[in-house]
Parts: sequence; C-alpha cells; structure tokens
Amino acid sequence: MRNEHLIRLVSLGALLLAWSALSIIMADPEILPSPRSVIQKMGELWATGDLQKHLLDTCFRILWAFSLAMCIGGFLGYFMGRNPLANAWIDPWLIIFLNLPALVLIVLCYLWIGLNEVAAILAVTLNKLPLVMTLIREGARSSSSELRDLAKAYKLPKLKVLRHIILPELLPHIVSAARTGLSMIWKIVLVVEFLGRGTGIGRQIHTQFSIFNITGVLAYSLSFVFFIMLIELLIMQPFERYATRWRQHA
Amino acid sequence: MLEVNVTGKFFGDQKILGACKLKLKPAERISILGPSGVGKSTLLRIISGLDTNFEGVVKCPEKLAFMFQGPNLLAWRTCYQNLLIFHPEVSQTGATQMLEQVGLGDKGFFYPDQLSLGQQRRLALARTFLSPADIILLDEPFTSLDPKLKLEMLTLTRTLLDQSKSTLVHVTHDISESEYLMSNAVELKGNPATLHHQASDE
Ligand SMILES: Nc1ncnc2c1ncn2[C@@H]1O[C@H](COP(=O)(O)OP(=O)(O)O)[C@@H](O)[C@H]1O
Ligand SMILES: [Mg+2]
Repeated sequence: MRNEHLIRLVSLGALLLAWSALSIIMADPEILPSPRSVIQKMGELWATGDLQKHLLDTCFRILWAFSLAMCIGGFLGYFMGRNPLANAWIDPWLIIFLNLPALVLIVLCYLWIGLNEVAAILAVTLNKLPLVMTLIREGARSSSSELRDLAKAYKLPKLKVLRHIILPELLPHIVSAARTGLSMIWKIVLVVEFLGRGTGIGRQIHTQFSIFNITGVLAYSLSFVFFIMLIELLIMQPFERYATRWRQHA
Repeated sequence: MLEVNVTGKFFGDQKILGACKLKLKPAERISILGPSGVGKSTLLRIISGLDTNFEGVVKCPEKLAFMFQGPNLLAWRTCYQNLLIFHPEVSQTGATQMLEQVGLGDKGFFYPDQLSLGQQRRLALARTFLSPADIILLDEPFTSLDPKLKLEMLTLTRTLLDQSKSTLVHVTHDISESEYLMSNAVELKGNPATLHHQASDE
C-alpha cells in the first residue's frame, strides 16, 4: 500500500520533469512554458484575486447543477426503477438525452433561454441528469423485495423504511452517480462557460486562448484540475468510505 | 386469535391455493407441512397480510413477528440497530439481554458481515422474539442449514417460544421440525393446494 503511494508520487514527479525537459528543449515559452512560469502565473492571478473569483463562479455553477441533477435524477431514476410503467414512458426520452451530444444541449439551452446563468446551469444539469437517472434506476431495480417484506411485516413507518432500508440500499449507487456525475460536470461546465458566460474558469480560458497566451490557459486549467482533485480527495473519497463502511469490516 | 379462510389465490390465471381454513387459539402452535413449491410461502404471506390479493378472509392479530428463509438482516446496521429499528419500544438493555440469550452478547456493535452464518441466523431469531408478538410466523427458517446448526436453532427457537407463549404458524417440508417445536402438523397439498387437518386436531 505504502509502496503504491510512493510510485504514484514518483510518477507524478516524472511527468513534471518531462514537461520541464520538453520546455527547455523547445525553448519557446510562447508554445510550451516551463512549469515554473505557469506556477508563477498562477501566483499572479491569485494575487490579483482573478483566480479565486472565477474559480468561485465556476464552483457555484457546479454546485447548482450537481444538486439539481442529483435530486431530480435520483427521484426520477428511483421512480422508474420501481415502476415499470413509468419506466416505459420515460425511458425513450432518457435514451435520446443520453445520446444527445453535450454541445448540442448547451447550444440549444443558450439559444432558447438566452445567454444567462439559468441557461448555463440548466445545460450542465441536463447533461448530467440521464446518467444519474440510469445509475439510480439500476439501484432501485436491484433493491431487495425481502427487506421490503420485512419492513411491512413489522409495520415500519415510511420514514424509517426510507432511512434504514431504501437509502442505505441505494447509497452505493448514489455514490457512484455522484462521482461519475461530478467528473462529467466539471468537463462540461468549462465548455458552457467558454461558449456563453462572462465569468468562470471556462471564460478565462477563452480569453487567454483568444490572445494566444498558453501560460494563461495552463495556469487557469491546472488550478482548476488541482481544485477538483482536492474536492475528490477531501469530500468524495471520505463520503464513499463512509457509505460503504459496513462492508470493510468483513 | 387467528382465523384464516382462504378460498383461492391466483398468480395470473394459475390457481395456486384452494380452500385453506385455519383457526388457532392463543399460544397454539401449528406446522404447515408441504413439498417445495406447493404454496407454503404464498399462504404465509397471505396470513401475515403481506399479500392482500386473494379470495377469502383472514383475521390476524396486528402484532406479529415474521422470520424468513434467509436471515434478512440490514447489512448496513449494527446488531443492536437491527433489533431496535424493528422494536422501537425495547430498551438497549432489553436488546442486550436478548443478544445474550442467543449467544451474541458481545456482538452488539458488530455489523452482520462480521458474524458467521450461524450467528446471523441467531440474530434473525433474536429480532423475531425480541418483543412479545401475538403471533409468530416462520417461513422455513431452518431449511438449508447444516444438521448441527439446525438443531441448535430449533432448540433455541423452542426455548424462546416457551418463554413468549405466542401463537405459532410455521411452514416447512420437514416433519421433524414440527416435533421439536411441539406443534400440531397440518398438510398443504394438491394442485391447487388445500389444507388438510389430521383427525387428531381439534
Ligand atoms: N410472485 C409470483 N408470481 C407468480 N408465481 C408465483 C409467485 N410467487 C410464487 N409463485 C408460484 O407459486 C407456487 C408456490 O410458491 P411458494 O408459495 O413460494 O412455494 P413454497 O413456499 O411452498 O415452496 C410456485 O409454483 C411458484 O412458482
Ligand atoms: Mg417458500
């Protein structure tokens, strides 16, 4: 285990080293700036407050889209998993949305709703929604009818059934929907900002791109990647461990 | 106490159960014997109120305990929680006493995955007997156990039954279980299956 962590660190170091070496060989900071100048640029952006401001805006959109998609998708997915008739009605829509390219949804949202915050958040939400629905539906389908019988025989109140049976049984599926959903959202949110918002990391990448400032593009992108890895490490992974704690005892 | 008068039960257009009449006094014990697939679980689900889609009338007391063929535990809750969620009126001390009686006294904070198969069964037994029920329904909980564990479970069940003085309806395909539990045996047989009381009953 320890060994594996070390290998990961060394591997990451090797990547940085390769980048440094390549930037020295190419000797053209316009095309491939060194890691140091990118980090320097990050520092500058942080000092002016630009980085935090745009990161926060992007974060706000992610949070909204994530929560909306999880709530609506969770509810609909569960409903479909438990009710074959509802599934027959909604499934064709689901398949269409699953196969609709992200870009199409984004462009349509902007065209129909306008270049505003609502359209941006809706575009991200709609991209994630089908995925959440499919995963939660799978969970609802695999739920045990025996435990339902047990709850019914002992006349467990609805709220208790939800808390002690339905949600815990669904939790692994909720976790995987949250994780895959989140990794999908932060790829899409940048495109949404790139195409139609005045703020956010995606917008800044657009700006840097239009003045062909590769250092700027890299500084914003890598800050964002770093930020996401932090969320993954500090929120998602502990949440996943918590959700499956009863399994690790075995 | 318990009055069952089922006249028919269909799955689709297939008639599984025919006439099934049963009347039990408090503390009476009965074992319904029948081969696998004859409709024992179906009948028990009707008696317990889990299945309301049948022809006939069933009068069953509200407070019942049901033990299934598998242990049917909440894997994500500790032993204590597995007991107390289903018996909110019981105190933790009460739960501890019951766990001790089934030999799980030190396992209260364990998760079911940390228990052996036999221990999981005993936890399910503890859940069934934790608070006094008017009627206890057992759906072949001793099937598919190895002989040693089966004997252990049967002995424990009998002790708990003697203590609780509840009415018992037990279904099985093994007549020796009925002897252990000191219950009257009736037979469920035929297609559609009907209940056959022996001359010795009532
Ligand atoms: N939900 C169901 N839908 C259709 N047929 C069922 C269903 N449940 C049970 N059956 C059928 O009813 C018959 C009796 O089943 P069951 O009561 O489980 O038998 P036993 O418990 O005696 O082994 C079987 O032939 C089974 O296939
Ligand atoms: Mg059965």
